[in-house]
Amino acid sequence: MNNQWSHIQTEIVKNAGTITLNRPEVLNALNTMMVSEIVQAMENFDQDQTVKVIVLKGAGRAFAAGADIDEMLDKNAIELELLNQFSDWDRIARIKKPIIGAVHGFVLGGGFELALCCDILLASQYTEFGFPEAGLGIMPGAGGTQRLTKLIGHARAMKWLLTGERFSAEDAWQYGIVSSIVPDQLLVEETEKMAEAIAKKPPLSVRLIKESVHKANELSLAEGMQQERKNFYLLFSSEDQKEGLRAFKEKRKADFKGR
Amino acid sequence: MLLKKREKLILKADNQEAVSMFETIFYEENHGVATITLNRKDKLNAFTEGMHQELMIALKKAAQEPTVRCLVITGSGKAFSAGEDLDGVTEELDHGEVIRTRYMPVMLQIASLNKPVVAAINGAAAGSGLSLALACDFRLMHEKAKLVQAFIHVGLIPDSANLFYLPKLIGHAKAMELAVFGEKITAQEAKESGLVTRVVNDENWEKEVAQFAAMLAQKPTVAVGLIKRLLQKSWGENLQSYLLEESYSQRIAGKSPDHMEGLAAFKEKRTPDFKGE
Repeated sequence: MNNQWSHIQTEIVKNAGTITLNRPEVLNALNTMMVSEIVQAMENFDQDQTVKVIVLKGAGRAFAAGADIDEMLDKNAIELELLNQFSDWDRIARIKKPIIGAVHGFVLGGGFELALCCDILLASQYTEFGFPEAGLGIMPGAGGTQRLTKLIGHARAMKWLLTGERFSAEDAWQYGIVSSIVPDQLLVEETEKMAEAIAKKPPLSVRLIKESVHKANELSLAEGMQQERKNFYLLFSSEDQKEGLRAFKEKRKADFKGR
Repeated sequence: MLLKKREKLILKADNQEAVSMFETIFYEENHGVATITLNRKDKLNAFTEGMHQELMIALKKAAQEPTVRCLVITGSGKAFSAGEDLDGVTEELDHGEVIRTRYMPVMLQIASLNKPVVAAINGAAAGSGLSLALACDFRLMHEKAKLVQAFIHVGLIPDSANLFYLPKLIGHAKAMELAVFGEKITAQEAKESGLVTRVVNDENWEKEVAQFAAMLAQKPTVAVGLIKRLLQKSWGENLQSYLLEESYSQRIAGKSPDHMEGLAAFKEKRTPDFKGE
């Protein structure tokens, strides 16, 4: 366990760099310090050769129940523009290793936006999702209106964003926001299993697949296909590609080096 | 807002204080059994908004208290519950809103409670009073009690998950019959159709309810809670997702101290002493 942080904890378990939001007394409400620590920890893991996959979870009763209201209370528009706090969030999108989010309890507002930054989400069965911002006279500012809409479509995103209604893990699963729902008691265990499974895959494949999938959100189909093809070709300059195909042919277990 | 404040107070309070704060129900915890007694005797324990609020607080308390391993819901006086208090039913009433804001949370809370819930039907259970009994995991019925699907007599549909549970308990055709004709059901008929677990005579009522609850409170509670959830799942899931859910549940049960105790007791040829953990 690494305690250089004040609002999070990090550790590496079986090649998974794990970040735990650790302000349970305020249901892990996100403030600028916490976001900056999360991003820093992710960038550290991204550079750490022993880390193959990043796991993000929350300590206590919630993943993250929103942003720290106190911090925003007295800000004006110009202060926010100069502070440019959301630029930290943009760095999450540049992380190359896959990020698995394990969410439980409340995933609200900024906490939901953070969850939407993950590549795969596992949710405990009683998780509640929602964007309460509209009711506070503000709106999501860290990708909520954009990522949610791309993920679940205009009509449903509008409904949840405009009414601020909370929705269940079951709904989130049906809309494709979470990849699986597991009992609360097994959330960590199941997340670790998934992380372990991905960590065993050749890292370059994982890396370029992640990059390609992200392009699907950003590029036209034709451009995305081009990008995919280039990444496909690129893998053929890796040792793992040779080893992977050879091992398959020779009916033995591949020994991947990450090169 | 007021309710939230009160809810916090009551959830923090010990049992004695909680009991003193409730106006329409009694709540007590005794030897692993929590009992909620609907307590509007003069109104045959009919539901009001206030009663639902208190019921929710009590249900949450029973859920949160680790020493509680079984919940009994019963009524004081002659009735279990006559259902919604018709004094509050006016032309302007939005029935759908009443269900969403008052009945729905109660039904969901009972279903998600990972502990066995017993309806001790001490007297008449009519309308949503019957629905409440149907939402419980077990039903004990006083020999003189009656069940009535009263809704049809006032031109309404059986609500509060009534029609969700009824066909699962007694089959589609019988559920239709009860809902549409709304005839009184005696304890004997209820027993024969599988609607209630047991019929108890007047003399043994309190003792037998207590014994039944005590028996449940000695079971490995984690496993009981998981059984309850899997049975719920069995109605809506396909086999594959059911089996996945089953594997999660058995993993949780397999890690529980009560499972260890069960194994040890089996090997040592003694009765297990389950702690509900």
